[in-house]
Amino acid sequence: MKEFNTIRTRANRLDSPDKATGEAIYVDDISKPGMLFGALLQSPHAHAKVLSIDTTEAKKLPGVKAVLTSKDVGTIPYGVSPARYDETVFVTDKVRYVGDEIAAVAATSLDIALKAVELIRVEYEILPAVFTVEDAIKEDAPQIHEKYKGNLTAEVHQEFGDVEKGLKESDIIKTTTVKNKRQDGAFLEMQGCIAEFDRRGNLTLTSGTQTPHYVQRTVAMVLGMDIGKVRVKKPYLGAGFGIKAAANPMELACCFLAKETNKPVKMNYTREQVFMFCRARHQFTHTITTGAKKDGTLVALKHECTLDGGAYSSFGIATVYYAGSLLAGPYKLPNMSYEGFRVYNNKPACGAQRGHGAVIARAAFEQQLDMIAEELGIDPMELRIKNMMSRGDTTCNDLNMSSFGMSECIDAVREGSDWDRKKGNMPIGKGIGMACGFFVSGAGFPIYRSDTYHGTVMIKLTEDGGTALVYTASAEIGQGSDTAFAMIAAEALGVPLSAIRLASGDTDMGVDLGAYSSRQTLMTGHATKDAAEHVKSQVLAVLAEKLDTPVEDMDIKNGFIEFKNQTLDFSELRTTYIKEHRGWIDNPDSEKLTFNEASRIAYLEKGTIVGTGKYKPVFLGGKYKGAAVGTSPAYGCSAQVAEVTVDMGTGQVIIDNVTDAHDCGKAINMTSVEGQMEGSVSMGMGEAMHEEVIFDDKGNVLNNDLAEYKLVTAMDMPKVKSIVVESDEPNGPFGAKEVGEGAIMPTIPAILNAVYDAAGVRIYELPLTPERVYTAIQEYKERKGAA
Amino acid sequence: MKKIINLTINDQAYEIAVVPNKTLADMLRYDLNLTGTKKGCDTGDCGACTVILNGDAVNSCLILAVQTDGAVIETIEGLATDEGLHPIQEAFVEKGAIQCGFCSPGMIMSTKNLLDKNANPTEEEIREGISGNLCRCTGYQKIFEAIDSQKS
Repeated sequence: MKEFNTIRTRANRLDSPDKATGEAIYVDDISKPGMLFGALLQSPHAHAKVLSIDTTEAKKLPGVKAVLTSKDVGTIPYGVSPARYDETVFVTDKVRYVGDEIAAVAATSLDIALKAVELIRVEYEILPAVFTVEDAIKEDAPQIHEKYKGNLTAEVHQEFGDVEKGLKESDIIKTTTVKNKRQDGAFLEMQGCIAEFDRRGNLTLTSGTQTPHYVQRTVAMVLGMDIGKVRVKKPYLGAGFGIKAAANPMELACCFLAKETNKPVKMNYTREQVFMFCRARHQFTHTITTGAKKDGTLVALKHECTLDGGAYSSFGIATVYYAGSLLAGPYKLPNMSYEGFRVYNNKPACGAQRGHGAVIARAAFEQQLDMIAEELGIDPMELRIKNMMSRGDTTCNDLNMSSFGMSECIDAVREGSDWDRKKGNMPIGKGIGMACGFFVSGAGFPIYRSDTYHGTVMIKLTEDGGTALVYTASAEIGQGSDTAFAMIAAEALGVPLSAIRLASGDTDMGVDLGAYSSRQTLMTGHATKDAAEHVKSQVLAVLAEKLDTPVEDMDIKNGFIEFKNQTLDFSELRTTYIKEHRGWIDNPDSEKLTFNEASRIAYLEKGTIVGTGKYKPVFLGGKYKGAAVGTSPAYGCSAQVAEVTVDMGTGQVIIDNVTDAHDCGKAINMTSVEGQMEGSVSMGMGEAMHEEVIFDDKGNVLNNDLAEYKLVTAMDMPKVKSIVVESDEPNGPFGAKEVGEGAIMPTIPAILNAVYDAAGVRIYELPLTPERVYTAIQEYKERKGAA
Repeated sequence: MKKIINLTINDQAYEIAVVPNKTLADMLRYDLNLTGTKKGCDTGDCGACTVILNGDAVNSCLILAVQTDGAVIETIEGLATDEGLHPIQEAFVEKGAIQCGFCSPGMIMSTKNLLDKNANPTEEEIREGISGNLCRCTGYQKIFEAIDSQKS
């Protein structure tokens, strides 16, 4: 077993002292001299023609510096997937949801900007609106986008193997339909940004984004600028969960306002606007038919899904593919078909949220596995183990499991939850349930078609020799990536963590596709390791020359140079170093040559030592349409057990505890891995139990605040036992892979299966409100009574 | 029409002219540059703006600055000293109770308020003590551990 010095520990996060003291800087904490404040005019109607926009009065208001509409900024289309650029910064002909952007104002204060927004006169002609999938796909439904007939954003038709044949050969077949509700990301920091131009026409956008790189490209495209003239910087970010993984209209409007006024402009969403913008988890309706043999062997899966998409595509094309492709694992499944439809309507657009596209499909399927297990009289864990893929297996849609600690995860939660003693032995109203899941460790391809590296990293040694500066354009969004990369750099370079200083989140530092698809630990991690090894090789090459010793006979560990020949005389180098550092307090007297000495000597010989690293995955996946979505260099996997209490009289469900095991490959930082697991459980639990964005019949969000949109609070959160299972991922840096999203996969189905165990009812619609559970219990009692 | 108020923030006396519709959170953040106090909703739902006002934890976005004339206020900036982090801050760092960090200042102020009043809270009291502070990242687990480690 490889020994590590820095990774696989519980090192304190680099950013946490600044965050604990309030010194960490987020976008809204920044102020610029002469800064203006921007505000948006957003549509009050869900679907309407815009007949005229009159900005005369707004422009007259003292303090107003700019009022912009599509007439001023043009109508270059943008979006997430280049195949569906269906947005413009400001609407041209019509508004498509309550919140669609019509104009923006910059003024000397926010109060004035908001007052000016009120003074803009817009004449609308109200159009009929649609708010559901069912209404939007009707033949005579109002068309939301001219270009996309039938209100279809995208459709998917896939078949692997022969599903009909597989179902014919099955001894048991289950069909169910499961539906969730639209989510909100509900990150604590609302989106915000500051745009500013320098006098030479360079734009800097400081923004609360997960993906500086994609925002840079979108801004450059929409403003018609060279990418090299656009810099996007991300300060500390109050989380994103996928919602902040693409450019938003406020960022673009802010850049245009800064250009127009030649002043820095700050803009923020209010919490209400966060709900209005949405881009969070879709409402999915999955109809799944699973066929199995009498012995429990899974044979075929037939799957149909519709996604309630909202007014624009956002991530929707990827979402509709993910919703299908990620059911092909973690179980061996020779035959699978998928029909997916992502439908436009006049609500805010949905996008990506933790567990992108796959969470509700997983909830539906894992519930069915329990139904099959029950009917066949097989323990749910045994059924899963029987069908489980193992390391090296490839799914029917060409996803390869290069490492796969799933059975170990099941064993861990079985023991950790005391499953064998509890399952089948709990009183009515108490239940235990389990589920599994898996997820990508980074999308195999960038969102735009390109041979770009997915991550580049630069490491520069300070010229005194003491510190390694790591520069990465990756995005620390709260998950702990800065610390992970510092740990990887320390490990690969052979220095203590304290010798690393890291800067991130700035497009000037390189290319990094950002924080989405659980990609950074594996991908940016690789690039970091590569850069550190490059630096190390340069230092060692100088030593080899100076000491006339082959490079292979030396290494760097814990900040010291290890020579194979332990009696090697390096005193001349030390003398050189000490002469250089005369009068300094840290002159070395160790038996071993220090890294400081070695890197200073290297600098004296070669000038500044800079190492570069890069990563992109090899070409992954099959050749069929949509084969790219779901591919990844590695897959994380997890199993969870939930225990619940159901009040049989009221339908109230309480989650008593959760046991969670996740295979993240080698854990770079144990504490951070657990943090991702526990956070995933909390988000999955919220979605299972009470989260739901509710609209009125005009397309307004009714519960657009954090009181009525119910997050899990400290009062709700059950005890979570987190068990980190470490496989050794061959495609990961030091064997590491994802944890950020895979960990949410089993949460909802484990709860649903536990509720069934407790109350004898299957719930097919989320969230598990007392009313829904109570009604199901009553129906169950009636059925039982009738029988 | 601005009104002049006098108050003490983190042991320092201030005399400030504020407009009557300005919240305490906005005054702290934008007039006094005490940006450690965060705003996550501006409607008193998330707790990110929690400060201790005359010995009680409050949402500073729900209090008007003019109401704090004569008040004694503690904000997150007042906790660390020349000696280093406050023990509660240290515990949050050590236990991994901080992810995105946006809820952390408010969470830490609620924790301080809880422990100031009850040095040895039960698990239930800890949960109640931070029930007004939302955290979307951590699932609260490591926050509970951090607070638990600070019981006397």
